[in-house]
This record gives sequence, structure tokens and C-alpha cells, in this order.
Amino acid sequence: MLFDLAETADLLALDIVQRALVAAAVLGLVAGVVGPLVVTRKMSFAVHGTSELAFTGGAAALLLGVGVGYGAVLGAVLAALLLGLLGRRDTERDSVIGAVLAFGLGLGVLFLWLYPGRAANKMGLLVGQPIGIQPTDLWVLIACAVVVLVAMALLYRPLLFASVDPDVALARGVPTRTLNWVFAVLVGMATALGVQVVGALLVLSLMITPAAAAARVTASPLRATLLAVAFAEVAVLGGIVLSLAPGVPVSAFVTAISFAIYVVCRVVGRSRNRVV
Amino acid sequence: MTAQISAADRPTRQGAVSLRGARLAYGDRVLWDELDLDVRPGEFLAVLGPNGSGKTSLMRVLLGLQPLSGGTVEVAGAPPGRGNRRIGYIPQQRALDPALTLRGRDLVGLGLDGHRWGLGLRGRARRRERVAEALASVGATEYADTPAGLLSGGEQQRLRVAQALVGDPDVLLCDEPLLSLDLAHQRVVSDLIDARRRAADTAVLFVTHEINPVLPLVDRVLYLVDGRFRVGTPAEVMTSATLSELYRTTVEVVRVRGQIHVVGAQGVCEDQAHHVAEDA
Repeated sequence: MLFDLAETADLLALDIVQRALVAAAVLGLVAGVVGPLVVTRKMSFAVHGTSELAFTGGAAALLLGVGVGYGAVLGAVLAALLLGLLGRRDTERDSVIGAVLAFGLGLGVLFLWLYPGRAANKMGLLVGQPIGIQPTDLWVLIACAVVVLVAMALLYRPLLFASVDPDVALARGVPTRTLNWVFAVLVGMATALGVQVVGALLVLSLMITPAAAAARVTASPLRATLLAVAFAEVAVLGGIVLSLAPGVPVSAFVTAISFAIYVVCRVVGRSRNRVV
Repeated sequence: MTAQISAADRPTRQGAVSLRGARLAYGDRVLWDELDLDVRPGEFLAVLGPNGSGKTSLMRVLLGLQPLSGGTVEVAGAPPGRGNRRIGYIPQQRALDPALTLRGRDLVGLGLDGHRWGLGLRGRARRRERVAEALASVGATEYADTPAGLLSGGEQQRLRVAQALVGDPDVLLCDEPLLSLDLAHQRVVSDLIDARRRAADTAVLFVTHEINPVLPLVDRVLYLVDGRFRVGTPAEVMTSATLSELYRTTVEVVRVRGQIHVVGAQGVCEDQAHHVAEDA
């Protein structure tokens, strides 16, 4: 049987499962808050590139025997800065991300090949392994989340202004260029959190999909953010709980729920647009 | 004796915008020099000239995005700084992304406090009120909750006017705000700007390549050509003699049914788009 209630309840009582759920809830919140601006700024591909480098950082950390969380954050932030530095022109950004992403992925594969430890740890970086998260990594994750959320609260209005209306924002004295950098770093940190929970390959399903779904059903930035948080939480928490009993990789459920929400929102959004 | 005019000889400052001996040059290329200009509160000044004559650069100077190469400038009684709250800015119409998560109401709200740090949870009722007033003043209440990207160019530009006026500015800088609008909307948008400056004594600097849509509203013209310029009423500046001198070639100014047509100079009329962020 794919879903066994009693077994799920037993597993939910375990410390490691509860730790995983806390990590997931924190990630859902961060991804939901950051996501709508990522979508508005058309940064989906940058998020993907950043997450690949978070994977590289995580793999390097694994090899060196330090916390994977530190490595992932370092890799993602470096990636964000590198992409900001190399891809200053819009026309170039796309190809710069492609080039950096490919190199980072290759480097990560090398690190994993050199790593003598358990194969499950390697797989975890790519497809997510929240159940295995260590208490120290959980604290790194929570600390990063707090940094991202506090920064988002402080910068929210200028960031929104610079994202939706950059010319006027600049004329009104918003330091748009500096904010681009700051936001890239925040996205890098949020991505690194995602790598630990859903893995590098599937970060998009929590950062982009819920926000893209929300944008289909509301044009209010505030409502879009609240919806994106709700969608991300449902996907990540629901995905973990459902995956417990059958022992299926978490990512499969998380991405499926996330995508289902997206499809429903597209359908709802379409019928609403027809009315308007 | 030098031809240099000392600061003491220059006319005293007055008005909402004041330039004294202002010079702007990129390397060897001088856009304008020795520019003295005072724009009174409530005055409507049209800034005309071919592309590359420094119209947009003038906007950038007043917005504090571009320092002068020489001379001084004051806007609303202070040197321009980034994010001067007493300046409103209307850009040229550029279609917003249809998928943008943004309503007209939000666009206007950003004009009020989009530059402020923090979430702005305090004073939300007052904020909502001011945004609603600004929307009503441009007749945009009806579509304030529609996704901004789905609105027509004219509707978006009305929102731009509300966005610029919601902060109650003393100086309104308009950078080709009528570009790519149809005649009816050109009329609506320029009338809204005109009503504001009459009601609140707001000085208006209006960059345009086409004077006719705003001709009845214009008090004075600043005409820039290739480092030369002339300031005066339309009747003084828009003459064959003055423009021929500015363009250094024979230019014919023809008046037909209250409209002014400039014939003969290359680059007198152009439609190329540009905006403040581009030539940074």
C-alpha cells in the first residue's frame, strides 16, 4: 500500500522526521516570500544556476567533512555574486548562467566521485534528503532563513519598486543596481536552504512554481506573496508526510503537489481572465 | 578681461528649478554650457531639441542621477540629490509586462512610498486614502484593481501621472510622457498635468520632440541643439530666424491652424525612444 496512516503516524513521532518538517516549513516560508520577486524579475534560470552551485558547494563540504549546509550557502552566494559580476548586461545573462551552471555541476560531480562516504549522502544533494538533516545543519538553515526574511522585510518596498518599475524607481532615488546584488545574494541563500530539503535539481519547484501559480490568480503583490507561501508550505510539508510511509524520495511528492497547484491556478486564472 | 561671467553677475536664483552657468559634457562633447534657467512655480516649460541634444540628460541632472560638469543647479530650493521627494517624474509610456503581478493601485502606491525601507505597516489607512485620491484625480478608479499590464497605453500613462502626483511634488519632470499615445490620450494626459500645475503651483518641465500637443499649455520653451540653446516664449523661440540660428542651417517655421511645423532641419523631428536609465 502506498499510503499507510498508522505507519505515517509512527514515523511522524520520530525526532529526525520532526526536524525534517521544521526545515521544510522554514524553507517553504522563505521560498514563498522570495519567489514572487524572482518570478517578476524573470530569474528562474538564475535560481537554477545558483542551486547547481549550491550543490557544488555542498559536495565540496561533504568531501572536506564540514557541514553540507555551510558549503551549500557558500556555493550559492558565490554563484549569485559571480552571475551578478559576469552577467551585468541583460543580453548576456542567460548565456553566462548556462556556462557557470555547467562548470559548477561538473565540479560537483568530481567532488562526489572523490567522496568516499555513503552514496545516500551524494544522492541527497541532488534530489533532497530532509530526513537526514543534522541538528547543526538545521541551525544553519534557520539562521540563514532569519537573515533572508529580515532583509526582505527591510528591503521589500524598494525591491518591489525596482523589480516592477525600474526606471521610475531609479528616478525616485531607489539604488536599483545595489538592490540587484543584494537580492541575488538573498536568492542564493534561499536556494542553498532549498538544496538541503528538496535537492539542487528541484529547488525550482519551491522557489518558482508556487509564485508562478499565485501570479496566475492575483495581481496584488501582497496576496501573491501570501499565496506563494501557502502553496510552498502545502507542497513541501505535504510532500514529506506523503513520502514517509512508502519511502519514496521526498522530491517526487513535493514537485507533484507543487505542479498540481500550478495547473489548478492556471485553469482558475484563465477562467477569471475571460470574465474580465 | 575675460568673457567669463562671475557668479555675482548672474541673476539671483528664483523658482522651483534654477540653473546657473550649468555645463554638461561627456569628454569633449559639450551638450550644453552656460545655461541659466529659472522655472517658476506653476510654470510649464517645454524642453525641445533633436536626439542627443541633452534633454534627457537635463532630466537626469535634476533627478540627481548625473552631476553637472560645471555651474550649479537647485531643485525646489536644494541641490538635486537622489530621491528628492519634492520631484515627481513621469516617464515615457512603455508597455508593462501583461503578466506582471501589479495592479494600478500598487503602481501608484509605489510612487508614494516605494523608496522607503521597511514594510510600512504603520499608517496604512492614510496611505490607502492618498492612493485612492490620486487614482480618482486622474479618473483611474475604475481600473485600479485590474492587472496594470493588461491596461491600454493611455490608461497606464494616466496611472503614471497619478504615481508622480501622489507624493504632492513641487516640480514635475516629464520625459516624453505622450510618446506612442493616440491623440485623445495625449490630450487627456497633458490636460491632467496642466490641471495639476494650475491647482498646486507645480513647476512642469516637459521634455518632448513634438510641441504641438502641449502648445496651448506652454509658457516657455528651452530649445537645445548641438550645444546651443535658446529660452523664451514659443512666439520668441519658434521662429525661422531663431531656429535657423540654432540649427546653423535654413529652417522654416510654418504656423498652420495654431500648430507649429518646423521644416528643413534634419533631426528636428524624431521619434526615437530613450529614457533616463539608458544613457547612464
